[in-house]
Amino acid sequence: MKILVCVKQVPDTGARFRPNPAGTWYAEADLAFRMNEYDEHAVEEAIRLKEKLGGAPELTVLSVGPARVVEALRKALAMGCDRAVHVDDPAAADRDPWQVASVIAAWARGKGFDLVLTGMQSADRGSAQVGVLVAERLGLASATTAVAFECDGQAATVRRELEGGTRGVVRLPLPALVTCQLGLNVPRYPTLPNIMKAKKKPLEVVPVAGLLDEAPRAETLRFYEPPRRQGGRVIEGPLDRLVEELTAILKERALPARS
Amino acid sequence: MKALLVCEYREGKLQDGIYEAIAFAGRLGAGRSVLLIGRETELPRFDGKVIFADVAEAGEYHPALHRDLVAEAARREGADVVVLLHTSYGWDLAPRVAAALGATQVSEVVGLAEGGYEVPACTSKMRRVVRPRTPVTVVTLQPGAFPAGDERGGVPCLERLEVPKAAGAPLMGYEASGPKPVDLGRAEVIVSAGRGVGKKENLPTIAALAKALGGELGASRPVVDAGWLDHGRQVGTTGQTVAPRLYVACGISGAVQHLAGMKRAEFVVAINKDREAPIGEVADVLVVGDLHQIVPAVTARLEETR
Ligand SMILES: Cc1cc2nc3c(=O)[nH]c(=O)nc-3n(C[C@H](O)[C@H](O)[C@H](O)COP(=O)(O)OP(=O)(O)OC[C@H]3O[C@@H](n4cnc5c(N)ncnc54)[C@H](O)[C@@H]3O)c2cc1C
Ligand SMILES: Nc1ncnc2c1ncn2[C@@H]1O[C@H](COP(=O)(O)O)[C@@H](O)[C@H]1O
Repeated sequence: MKILVCVKQVPDTGARFRPNPAGTWYAEADLAFRMNEYDEHAVEEAIRLKEKLGGAPELTVLSVGPARVVEALRKALAMGCDRAVHVDDPAAADRDPWQVASVIAAWARGKGFDLVLTGMQSADRGSAQVGVLVAERLGLASATTAVAFECDGQAATVRRELEGGTRGVVRLPLPALVTCQLGLNVPRYPTLPNIMKAKKKPLEVVPVAGLLDEAPRAETLRFYEPPRRQGGRVIEGPLDRLVEELTAILKERALPARS
Repeated sequence: MKALLVCEYREGKLQDGIYEAIAFAGRLGAGRSVLLIGRETELPRFDGKVIFADVAEAGEYHPALHRDLVAEAARREGADVVVLLHTSYGWDLAPRVAAALGATQVSEVVGLAEGGYEVPACTSKMRRVVRPRTPVTVVTLQPGAFPAGDERGGVPCLERLEVPKAAGAPLMGYEASGPKPVDLGRAEVIVSAGRGVGKKENLPTIAALAKALGGELGASRPVVDAGWLDHGRQVGTTGQTVAPRLYVACGISGAVQHLAGMKRAEFVVAINKDREAPIGEVADVLVVGDLHQIVPAVTARLEETR
């Protein structure tokens, strides 16, 4: 059995974002990058399946992006993936979801993957498209937003998170693609010995040029910070003043309205 | 410009999102027709054409079949834009429809801007304006971004759509995701813990503040996903919708899915070390600082002056 996990490296969202000179995306300077949170759940789920099926499946982790994404691939290897593929695309930030999905599909086509796992959405672009588009391009059955996943090697049973505390149950015959939602599992932290071991696992670099055959279907005209709502008060400064002011506000607001 | 608006039918009920799609098409100034995969006895209140496929044949969700039905209706109507809501139905179906139509998909549209659609980026801290380059565009709308006004009204004229046989993996059924939650809906005061609390061991501090204010403890999703609190305390689209007099968000960044659950609170206080956190947009008061220092100190003051 062969499993592919797609991971994206994204900036830590605690950061302050600034537009790049073209005003189409964020400037990367000063940002710290990490594996997209949803994709950590995809990696974890693949590893759990491998453990459950007695180590038989081969786990490939793939990322499209510039040189820095190798860090995210190394983390996935340290968590337990077997091999990594870096589709080297220095201009990945300019690609739209259709192009990214087409690149992934072009690489994966004909390689006999039984299962493809992706995150539900990425933290920076957040289009929630790339997974489903990969499936459509490869002609695979797919389901999004998995909060529970079982697989016996023949078919996958997925519980999709719907609105209002409901789940939808879907059974996909393999080969199939599933996009992973937060809470699907608790991703493991790589241990030090596994981080060392990961350094010896194969990491193949594939230039994007041979895989990219689609023009973008959309363009970004502007990337900017939305205007903040007026009226909200910001309290900052020394701790004792913060505590004083906040205490007063909470006391006033927590009391039932006098009528 | 022509818009095809796609209804969502879930657990035997036509979802209200269609009225937001109708409002959106109005803002676009587009001609409108609606696609309903549902029941003839439950039509949207809409004064125009409804292309109708019977849910008894098409199922409430069957990705490949619904994709084909939406694509067929879009072609038949000559639609320039196909509109869905950014919900579990919409984000699952829209990319399939876009692929089938050779269309661009623009996800989670929150506004219209010169030359394109406005969408959030970087967990709502930033925005982009996206311009499609294909003749047809599929958009998903952020729920709530285009509130329905007085669009509801009128009797649609029905046009039937043949439901073809389709291979693929239909939805097999629904199940409830867990035990009935604690009812936060009626709480007057809610103090919620977010990922910023750092670890489970820090939760009692937040709970103590809730107690000092006579309120309930709530949480954002990561706190629940990590197993620190049960799902009954989660606030947001996949948790509870609350409307307390006072909502205190401790270490919560303010993702749309969280805001959707608490933005009807009368007064919102956020404690966050990040001055730029999107929670600041809905907060009446944003206290910038370390919650580990602020929360215990405030709780102590509240307790001593009671
Ligand atoms: C389909 C879907 C449904 C979802 N449903 C929900 C839902 O119902 N409810 C929900 O909450 N989320 C939901 N989410 C998840 C949502 O997108 C966010 O990931 C989540 O709300 C983030 O939670 P958070 O703010 O606690 O964590 P983060 O976004 O990680 O924010 C943590 C915050 O804590 C601050 N912080 C850190 N340390 C400190 C400190 N010492 N002092 C003060 N501040 C500090 C940081 O500045 C940051 O702003 C859903 C997501 C999807 C895709
Ligand atoms: N550049 C990329 N490389 C690998 N996987 C990606 C990339 N971009 C997106 N994905 C995958 O597609 C999912 C959805 O991304 P998005 O459509 O950007 O919201 C992510 O969670 C990843 O699993």
